[in-house]
Amino acid sequence: MLGKTAGGLYWLFRHLERSENTARLVETGFRIALTRADGTDDEWTSVLQTAAVDQIYAQLHGDIDQAKAIDFLLRDETNPSSVLTAISAARQNARLTRTHLTREVWEAVNDGYMILKETLARPVSIRDLPQVLATIRQQTALVRGAMLGTMLRNDAFDFCRIGTFLERADNTARILDVKYYVLLPSVTQIGSSLDNVQWETILRSVAGQRSYRWLTQGEVTPKGIAEFLIFDRRMPRSLNFAISKVAGNLTYLEEDYGGRMPSHDQIDVIEAKLKHGTIDSIFEDGLHEFLTGFLADIGRLGAQIDQDYRFLG
Amino acid sequence: MSEQSQFFDEMTGGAEAARPCYDPYDTWFQGEDLEDLRKKSAQAEAFFRRTGITFNVYGQAEADERLIPFDIVPRIISGREWTKLTKGIEQRVRAVNAFLYDIYHRQEILRAGRVPRELIDRNEAFLPQMIGVSPPGGVYTHIVGTDLVRTGEDEFFVLEDNARTPSGVSYMLENRETMLQMFPELFSRIKVQPVQNYPAELRRSLAACAPQACDGKATVAVLTPGIHNSAYFEHAFLADQMGVELVEGHDLRVVDGRIAMRTTRGYQPIDVIYRRVDDDFLDPLNFNPDSMLGVPGIMDVYRAGGITIANAPGTGISDDKAIYSYMPDIIEFYTGEKAILQNVPTWRCSEADSLKYVLDHLSELVVKEVHGSGGYGMLVGPAASKKEIAEFRKKLEARPSNYIAQPTLALSTCPILTSKGLAPRHVDLRPFALMSPDKITLTPGGLTRVALKAGSLVVNSSQGGGTKDTWVLED
Repeated sequence: MLGKTAGGLYWLFRHLERSENTARLVETGFRIALTRADGTDDEWTSVLQTAAVDQIYAQLHGDIDQAKAIDFLLRDETNPSSVLTAISAARQNARLTRTHLTREVWEAVNDGYMILKETLARPVSIRDLPQVLATIRQQTALVRGAMLGTMLRNDAFDFCRIGTFLERADNTARILDVKYYVLLPSVTQIGSSLDNVQWETILRSVAGQRSYRWLTQGEVTPKGIAEFLIFDRRMPRSLNFAISKVAGNLTYLEEDYGGRMPSHDQIDVIEAKLKHGTIDSIFEDGLHEFLTGFLADIGRLGAQIDQDYRFLG
Repeated sequence: MSEQSQFFDEMTGGAEAARPCYDPYDTWFQGEDLEDLRKKSAQAEAFFRRTGITFNVYGQAEADERLIPFDIVPRIISGREWTKLTKGIEQRVRAVNAFLYDIYHRQEILRAGRVPRELIDRNEAFLPQMIGVSPPGGVYTHIVGTDLVRTGEDEFFVLEDNARTPSGVSYMLENRETMLQMFPELFSRIKVQPVQNYPAELRRSLAACAPQACDGKATVAVLTPGIHNSAYFEHAFLADQMGVELVEGHDLRVVDGRIAMRTTRGYQPIDVIYRRVDDDFLDPLNFNPDSMLGVPGIMDVYRAGGITIANAPGTGISDDKAIYSYMPDIIEFYTGEKAILQNVPTWRCSEADSLKYVLDHLSELVVKEVHGSGGYGMLVGPAASKKEIAEFRKKLEARPSNYIAQPTLALSTCPILTSKGLAPRHVDLRPFALMSPDKITLTPGGLTRVALKAGSLVVNSSQGGGTKDTWVLED
């Protein structure tokens, strides 16, 4: 398989995952805005921070305002993480890698692109927003379904999955990092429960509010949430789950190609940190420091995979 | 039919009843509802858009992908007609190959005075780098797309030989795929020869021309100029259908005297490259130094037997429009036979008498650039305004040797589906021939291009033409 194609598949699925994650962030922000009483737009500040586009937003629009923030996150083509940018990039990568996609995957990407391009051709009104966000989730789910149902489990599949889960790990870590202060013991007294709105923000952004309640019988603690999103292997958007998937697919590549690469050593280190870490030690050493370190680790891993498998040269 | 054709119509032949090969289709059509068929037509368009069968148009600010309009009425050819076309095309492909070998070796045909030497010597399509080079398996033109037009029951003419990198075969395949989805019942009623073997045959045929350096199974790849090329869809489609890699120049480099592609496991050699990049851009070291699309040094590897390039560099000398007028002589010279398919009479504007005739009859003739393609830079006299003719006259007088002229042929028509029912439109036909060392294979059918505007003779997709599925019947 060409290095360029491997890179194209990796980015196709990173962009696809990103479009879905951005839509989830918008959904969370919108939900909080609807349910809070004070009518401030604070939530949008943290949503923009989480998507790591707060600075571009500030340059382009200055003050934060709900309508502008939503439009920027969904449609703005100068925003590298907007849903429209991400889905266009995903489709461009799909065109580049068509020879390694099944017809069904290609059609799911192409359909999704055509539908979302049309849906996002004009600013989305508040009335239509829930439907539009549902469409985005459905279209990305259709691509994932077509991939799982039709693609050979070979190296092409591994690159698709590595892209998906590196992006997901990145996203969950960012959500935690933007909200880390909410989870710190100094903010909430030991034993007291968190501000409902705050914990809901975190769990909703990763579609985990219901699962968490099931697992904890409704007991919500800062440490519990952090542990759930960092360590819980049952949670498909936790760091540990995403990293174990990346590790698994890298191992398949190692077996398939019969060669160990520097990226294999890197993923081992990242996995070991999660395996041997505990939520107590993380809180002791600093949650923010842990997350910053994690984001740097997976950033380096992405670059190393690019190099090991010759995406660009 | 709701409109009558003044030309030879392939469905009716000018009579009331359908010609025999159209008879079963006609019977089926009579039982169909126009509104339903219009709906099918819209479905077909959605199918194309979904599959991404698009092309990019050059010189458009909004360089978006466009669909080539597809007409759901098939163009039908009888098995008997096809057999004759097959023989004619095979003969031409063999002659073109022999001509190319000769032109790059002893040049017997020039010595014999059958083709003027200056036509070769001053021709940009002649590549001195190919002199004395024998391509692997003796094949120059692995893929040929011969453009044919029809003017009557038994009147077929070859319009162009297209021996460089003919495109359109993906439409031949996808048009059939679309028709199978839209009208399965038609195919159970009417026995149509299949086209689906083309990709497998292409791969087999390319692999059969592997170079000396190949040990074992030949690795084939398709070379595309990239995602912005107008035919990118076709390049990706063919690579996918053959199960081979689609590469760009920057994926390739010379490694140990071979052309190798950068894979996730390191550089791996390619044996046969089906390039969809023009000669001029193939190798910046040997041709256009500014080219970013090719592979530096590929010509040197080629000459040393390290890779097969399909089609071979320099084949353009054989499908040049000035050489075209000599094709009947070329066929006779190498095969000892008369040409089975006729040439369109051609005036070479480089000759003073011909030029005078052409200038005197511009409003009746079609004038083409010798090296042009895609319907650009040509004059269709009967359809042109006085101003256009006057402007073209200046260009022609300035560089007469750059042009040839042909009579405006009374091209046959085939019916298309319009909002008012069937209506005749002009068509041409591009069958695809594959050449390997042991045989020439033609896929039954080809690409039918159709002018969608009433009366128009221009079928090029870049200028508003559409396509049809082409059926060759099992007789």
